[in-house]
Amino acid sequence: MSALLETRALTAFYGDAQALFGIEFQISAGDMVAVIGANGAGKSTFMKAVTGLVKTQAEGVRFQDKPIGGLPPGEIVKRGIALVPEGRRLFPSLSVEENLLMGGFSRRPGPWSLALLFKLFPILAEKRAQPATSLSGGQQQMVAIGRALMSNPTLLLCDELSLGLAPIVIKEIYDALPAICAEGMTVVIVEQDVAMAQQVSQRIYCFQEGRVSLQGRSDELTREQISQAYFGIGTEERAHA
Amino acid sequence: MLETLIQGLLLGGLYCLFALGQSLMFGVMRLTNIAHGDFIILGAYAAIATIGAVALSPWLIAALLLPLAFGFGYGLQRQVLNNTLGRDPLPSLVVTFGLSIVIQNLLLQLFSADPRSIETEGFNTQSIALPGNISVGTLPLLIFAVAVATTAALQWLFNRTQLGRAFRAVSDDREIAELMGLNAHHVYALATALAFVLIALAGALQAMRTTVSPSDGPLLLLFAFEAVIIGGMGSFWGTLVGALLLGITQQIGFRIDPGWGIWFGHIVFLAVLVVRPQGLFPKTRG
Repeated sequence: MSALLETRALTAFYGDAQALFGIEFQISAGDMVAVIGANGAGKSTFMKAVTGLVKTQAEGVRFQDKPIGGLPPGEIVKRGIALVPEGRRLFPSLSVEENLLMGGFSRRPGPWSLALLFKLFPILAEKRAQPATSLSGGQQQMVAIGRALMSNPTLLLCDELSLGLAPIVIKEIYDALPAICAEGMTVVIVEQDVAMAQQVSQRIYCFQEGRVSLQGRSDELTREQISQAYFGIGTEERAHA
Repeated sequence: MLETLIQGLLLGGLYCLFALGQSLMFGVMRLTNIAHGDFIILGAYAAIATIGAVALSPWLIAALLLPLAFGFGYGLQRQVLNNTLGRDPLPSLVVTFGLSIVIQNLLLQLFSADPRSIETEGFNTQSIALPGNISVGTLPLLIFAVAVATTAALQWLFNRTQLGRAFRAVSDDREIAELMGLNAHHVYALATALAFVLIALAGALQAMRTTVSPSDGPLLLLFAFEAVIIGGMGSFWGTLVGALLLGITQQIGFRIDPGWGIWFGHIVFLAVLVVRPQGLFPKTRG
């Protein structure tokens, strides 16, 4: 079975600085894959390259067997990839409901609607008319996830859902993921918390300095393997990874 | 005194029409259009020239001009101004400054420096008598009503419609708005198109109320600026209040000495900047 999303020798630059050095990544439909790695390893750049926010070569990203690298972000969301951006980045002058409606701007048909989201996160229904940035961090993260779901994506990318949130709130957010996946969603999460990443995902990619330093089944990777790939102990092995 | 206040309010209504387009463009894309006043004058001359060429009612011609202005604004943003936007405000300032010079000289070349106006068959001299021996010009009253209605319409558009939501979203975070599928260049062009409808409206009414000449633009720009900044950026009701305040102070100044009106307005503007640099109603949101 061919992958839903595949990147081949994916590179990305910020000006003259290269951030990704040939990322090889695959995810099959229905899977949940976690991307882990230290700060500056290229995780967020990878997400941005896949969603078109960072330019890249056309054949670098293939989605449903078509090259989508370097397409405008609006075109990519129409094809079914949505991003929950790092730091949430809600629209501060829009209400909760308006933020969610913005997510549905691309008008992709699918199961997600305001009503279904309010069922998933009842608190948002209560606060629908409030400015989005007046909510608590966890509730804002729910809005950010909801906004991405409103485009009815085939593939959902979540960049650091737990950033700046209390552990109990993080648990609440992650508890919602199975309900989202039940709608037939394929999910990539970027996560700093390795234990959390191992627990929720089927496969893990570890990034280091813009390269994949380790990949494998989440339940088969050992702590030692991960910490080695994560922190770059024994960097000479990276080329073989 | 009451008469001065009323005249000031009516003058402020006109300033509000000058300022709303500026307020809209700045609010959506942080673009300061230095040629704003010159475009108002250009709109006035476009109406004057059309009326000279076609024997139709000036009201009808002004109305026909509005969709043209919409298209003109859209094209200007798409072809020229979108290329000047970025983190650095300087390119847009330089380009619109250049446009200002071009427009002034073009108008001077085509129409000479003589002041011109739109003949409204005596409508601009009609007035309504109010109790207390006060008489109010019918045209200024109409301009005031148009200003209030336009402010309300813009605020409604901004807060309640899908287009307004798109305006606010690209203004908040352009990258994420594009991630949702918005085309920022198109949204910006729609904002400028709407601003140019307001510009043409202001130009036509200005030429009906008084005379225009090719070098009037910068002063109108200054009034527009002052109204926007007094009111606070990002709120159309604030712009209306700022414009009314400016109109009233100028009128009080004129009353004291005919040469004092304009600088009285500047003084109030500077006083607001000192006391409340963010303006009276900053970031009013629906």
